[in-house]
Amino acid sequence: MEIKHSAHAGTLESSDLTVTLQPATAGISIALTSSVAKQFGDQIKQVVTVTLQKSGIQAATVKVNDKGALNCTIKARTIVAAYRAADKTDYDWEEINSWIN
Amino acid sequence: MDKLRRTMMFVPGANAAMLRDCTLYGADSIMFDLEDAVSMKEKDTARMLVYSALKTFDYSSVETVVRINALDFGGVQDITAMVLGGIQVIRLPKTETAQDIKAVDAAITKVEKAYDIPVGRTHMMAAIESAAGVLNAREIAQASPRMIGIALGAEDYLTSQKTYRHEDGAELSFARNFILHAAREAGIAAIDTVYTDLDNEAGLIRETKLIKQLGFDGKSVINPRQIPVIHQIFAPTQKQVVKAQKIVAGLKEAEAKGAGVVSVNGQMVDKPVVERAQFTLELAKASNMETEVD
Repeated sequence: MEIKHSAHAGTLESSDLTVTLQPATAGISIALTSSVAKQFGDQIKQVVTVTLQKSGIQAATVKVNDKGALNCTIKARTIVAAYRAADKTDYDWEEINSWIN
Repeated sequence: MDKLRRTMMFVPGANAAMLRDCTLYGADSIMFDLEDAVSMKEKDTARMLVYSALKTFDYSSVETVVRINALDFGGVQDITAMVLGGIQVIRLPKTETAQDIKAVDAAITKVEKAYDIPVGRTHMMAAIESAAGVLNAREIAQASPRMIGIALGAEDYLTSQKTYRHEDGAELSFARNFILHAAREAGIAAIDTVYTDLDNEAGLIRETKLIKQLGFDGKSVINPRQIPVIHQIFAPTQKQVVKAQKIVAGLKEAEAKGAGVVSVNGQMVDKPVVERAQFTLELAKASNMETEVD
């Protein structure tokens, strides 16, 4: 998948997060805001990065605003942000189901 | 034996915290809502959130139900995601005909076959929310072997009937009784509508007593604080528990002797009465009552 334009998914409610994607030329760079960044920052970035890579995205500028989301929420919001940014509405469930857990 | 469905709690599919915490409140069934509780532009993300939650959290203490969107309105994607996530029951809203159920059944079968999931693993229930739905309830209840229940959705139904909720519930009398008969004829559960006046506990108690008296299995619930109130009303009396204990003890005695007939105090007990007694003890156990059988 290729990011065509800026898109985001998620909310700023407790236990949720927002994931905003923008096109980039190379690599995945993540700017993270989280009250638990000191303890879990690297882990959150890792989950976002792996989720994007599994979704076929190799380049993106990512902003994450985390409100204490669990990994399953981070993955869900990231996948949807990616599909939205790629203008894809036909989800590849077989592919997603092969790696999500 | 019947499954306990005293309470079926709505959980908005787009609410990450509720998806995590919803098993804590003691509802018998959790109903993830992808339909009315989710705004048009958040359907995709709610679907993914519920799917991801199903793949992650331990929901084994509850029955998992999902209210999907209409098939031509995202329902097909809902079914794919939920069946892959391992949902137990798919609830179709605004069901009006048996064909509505058959179409959802076919969509579920397609997904189960495509992903090597045993065909029939995913159950279904229908929400009846219109005059047509009520009048077709018999056919709807028997439209698919996947069907485990039908539920009344009163808000839309009453709007279609040109009336609104009243304290005595007379406006729902026909629909409740008809749906209940259709469910019992089909051998499936009947779930009553939500009670929306959250601050009126007396009203909730009155309505729950009424639907229990009619024979409903339980109610849909929109707030966790309604759960203990409803469970209390569905709890059997001590007298009913003692009677059930005697019958189940009689069953055990008959099994030990290899006898085909259960008798209590010299009286023969029919199979449906034994099954009812077992269900009463199940209900008592869920209500934290003493249920030991000697």
